[in-house]
Amino acid sequence: MKKAREILAGDGVNNVMSSLFAILTGLLFGLVVLLITNPADAAAGFGIILKGGFSTGAKGMGQVLYFATPLIMTGLSVGFAFKTGLFNIGASGQFIIGAFAAIYTGVHWTFLPAPFHWIAALIAAAAAGGLWALIPGLMKAFLNVHEVISTIMMNYIGMYLANYLIKLTVYDSKKALSMNTAPSAVLPKGGMDAVFYNSLGGGKDISTVNCGIWIAVGAAVLMYLILNKTTFGYELKACGFNKEASRYAGINEKRNIVLSMVIAGMLAGLGGALLYLSGPGGRHIKVVDVLAAEGFNGIPAALLGLSNPIGIIFSAIFISYITQGGNYLQTLDFVPEIIDIIIACIIYFSAFSLFFRSILPRILRKLRERKAERGEDS
Amino acid sequence: MTLLYLVVQQTMFFSIPLLVVALGGMFTERGGVTNIALDGTMIMGAFSGIFFINQMQGRMSGQSLLLIAILISVSVGVVFSLLLAYSAVNMKADQIIGGTALNMFAPAFAIYVARTLQSNGVQQISFQNTFRISSVPLLGDLPLIGGLFFRNAYITTYLGLLILAVSVFVLYRTRFGLRLRACGEHPQAADSVGINVYRMRYAGVMISGGLAGLGGLIFVVPTSTNFNATVAGYGFLALAVMIFGQWKPLRILFAAFFFGLMKTVASAYSAIPFLAGSFLPGDVYKMIPFIATLIVLAFSSGASRAPRAVGVPYDKGSR
Repeated sequence: MKKAREILAGDGVNNVMSSLFAILTGLLFGLVVLLITNPADAAAGFGIILKGGFSTGAKGMGQVLYFATPLIMTGLSVGFAFKTGLFNIGASGQFIIGAFAAIYTGVHWTFLPAPFHWIAALIAAAAAGGLWALIPGLMKAFLNVHEVISTIMMNYIGMYLANYLIKLTVYDSKKALSMNTAPSAVLPKGGMDAVFYNSLGGGKDISTVNCGIWIAVGAAVLMYLILNKTTFGYELKACGFNKEASRYAGINEKRNIVLSMVIAGMLAGLGGALLYLSGPGGRHIKVVDVLAAEGFNGIPAALLGLSNPIGIIFSAIFISYITQGGNYLQTLDFVPEIIDIIIACIIYFSAFSLFFRSILPRILRKLRERKAERGEDS
Repeated sequence: MTLLYLVVQQTMFFSIPLLVVALGGMFTERGGVTNIALDGTMIMGAFSGIFFINQMQGRMSGQSLLLIAILISVSVGVVFSLLLAYSAVNMKADQIIGGTALNMFAPAFAIYVARTLQSNGVQQISFQNTFRISSVPLLGDLPLIGGLFFRNAYITTYLGLLILAVSVFVLYRTRFGLRLRACGEHPQAADSVGINVYRMRYAGVMISGGLAGLGGLIFVVPTSTNFNATVAGYGFLALAVMIFGQWKPLRILFAAFFFGLMKTVASAYSAIPFLAGSFLPGDVYKMIPFIATLIVLAFSSGASRAPRAVGVPYDKGSR
């Protein structure tokens, strides 16, 4: 009993509880909005949101994993930067630049055979994303420019640059999308097509999920190991907690700031590759003047996962899950943007975690006091 | 000559919203709260104002419609920013996270309400622009200045400049301004002489909300005939203008005009002869304001004198 109480009062449970509290409150707010809009269908609509990806069967779950993949990567990007004291809102720009690099490699470097082609595309994407984050990193470390503003600027510059370069090199003008990559550049299915499909008539309606999800999970595990099991990760976290103290301890905090931004950029760029290297049936880059939403959805994934790489895997899958449900909401005449509203509420309440973390120990303490009083009276 | 008039008029349309929103950001940061949600607040203000105009333009038109829309935008901005104020001041939550949440909420909310309430179910809200003043009665006929500043104008432009004048006065010549600045530099010292830091910070955030809401409406009205749940990143540009202006109103004016000019060049380059002939494609021109911002920030942030306690939640117990 004492061990259980110790665990309950510990930090880990507190963190998870505050995330769950944020999620519940966000969902509740979404229910209220549904009720205000269309009370008759609200319950059914909420049911669809909760059923999420399952609404469209096994293929739906496959799509959940497919769209969770870039979210895990951008979530890792934002979360890794968070742990080191930086706010990487530039995940969107790094994502799209990485995506372009991957598509370009996929379309033009056809001299490489199958496994090397897509591996080269992934490396190109990571390098491009890292390069895109290098500039804000250097500006923060050496010129004291606040990384929020510089990364936001890089987002817009990245979007326009990617659009321009796509139109220049890999454009499919008939559909205003990027071209199909060579088949050798498509990420292998890795057996996922045997699990995630709906039977359609005589054939299979296969989900677009592929081995990208495993690469993403592997990246998360790698980040977890780096942050918690290496000296380098320890130094990065120290810089995040207190820059001056780390410098006093001899850690080169300028180098660490630049390196964490670059790693964060590489993760986001890799996410871009994993989403768009899915063959002709999967996603293509739309050439419009709109910032990549996957970059911004990485922020709630990171916040809900409390910047812990393993937690980010779960929170990204959760966000992808309700987003798939949201798309299905259109059948009930609801606007799918309700999901974005719910996610925004979740982030808003997740910032209250510090406050919430003081409630649970207080409740436990009151229970303990009441028990002690009853023990004295009897 | 008409080209010069066009460039100056367009610059005003782009600069005044930047000026107004940056002044709002200045008020909140001088009080000690970082308001990243300026972009979201602009969207909320623009949405409510434009939606009101869209619904009422059958019955009213002209400047009176615009004035009521302005009041609505400001009120909605103030209320929206209360969310950030509560999160930052009462809950002592991370101000950047709260601001990001509001930034994500605003366009989703605008699209949701537009698609639900509009009969055709689209997310763009269109409106008729009956507010352009082709020439101010007496001043529009002055030789050079008339053409530059008093023709093809909107009252929102003059309102923005009025707000600038009021801001300079309030910040530097009133008791409220002095106390607000104190709360941003050293809230513990301000608290020790009896200033209610929480109330001051609330005031700062609410002012920024009102100004941002107004800025959103000012941005949309002259530059297009429909609102599509976005302000093209203006809220963030306004933050950069504020930093470039070192949190001082007159420098912010200069910075806002600089960026307004960059944006005008970016969007009107086809009308300017020697630029249209060059080989740079449209996308590069769209990048120019943001690249210029980066370069300016690179040079101006080294000696940056932000208010010392900005972004740190005020805790009475700490030193």
